[in-house]
Amino acid sequence: MSDQKRLAIIATKGTLDWAYPPFILASTAAALGYEVQIFWTFYGLQCMKKDMNLQVTSIGNPGMPMPMPMPVLLQALPGMQAMMTAMMKQKMKSKGVASLEDLRELCIEADVKNIACQMTVDLFDMAPGDFIDGLEFGGAATFFEFAGDADIVLYI
Amino acid sequence: MANFDQELDASGLNCPLPILRAKKTLGGMEGGQVLRIVATDPGSVKDFEAFAKQTGNELMESGEEGGKFVFLIKKA
Repeated sequence: MSDQKRLAIIATKGTLDWAYPPFILASTAAALGYEVQIFWTFYGLQCMKKDMNLQVTSIGNPGMPMPMPMPVLLQALPGMQAMMTAMMKQKMKSKGVASLEDLRELCIEADVKNIACQMTVDLFDMAPGDFIDGLEFGGAATFFEFAGDADIVLYI
Repeated sequence: MANFDQELDASGLNCPLPILRAKKTLGGMEGGQVLRIVATDPGSVKDFEAFAKQTGNELMESGEEGGKFVFLIKKA
């Protein structure tokens, strides 16, 4: 076995905010010389769609900083999620935070291996053609094949 | 500040972009060549130390110039 360090990530979340940690950590680890594999399962699979279109919401997340205090019932009104998503994207852009599309591209360039959970794909009747090229499909055993020899394993 | 062979302006970019751009730029350079990086992300100060330590490239200088962070990295 090579002495290259290995990072294995299980990514389970499909929101605009929570899609960042796996992409940031994977791309950075790759830049540091790690071999990286991400197992995308359940809602995490949204991050592997050609058209990501991820959203963010403050519903159920009292920790999200809001520009002004807002009762939860108001946050649930139609259009609020789209507005929060637009505001978050604008804020990220203004702070020089990379877009998810860019980070994903950087991961792919750096040979980060992406595995889609086959069970999730079947469960939600997801169309394989909706996913980015190069995505592999596998199950829990596929994950452990890599994670068993990994130096770091993260569940996000 | 010492001489350098290439320069990377990572001003305005946030974590992890300065590191990723530096890695990419170093990839196109020869061993022993020096890359000068300018960044505005305060987190990059510790990050470039950590990057150098883990990749074996030498962080020759790390400082501030005109409110920006400047790094010199020699490719291993």
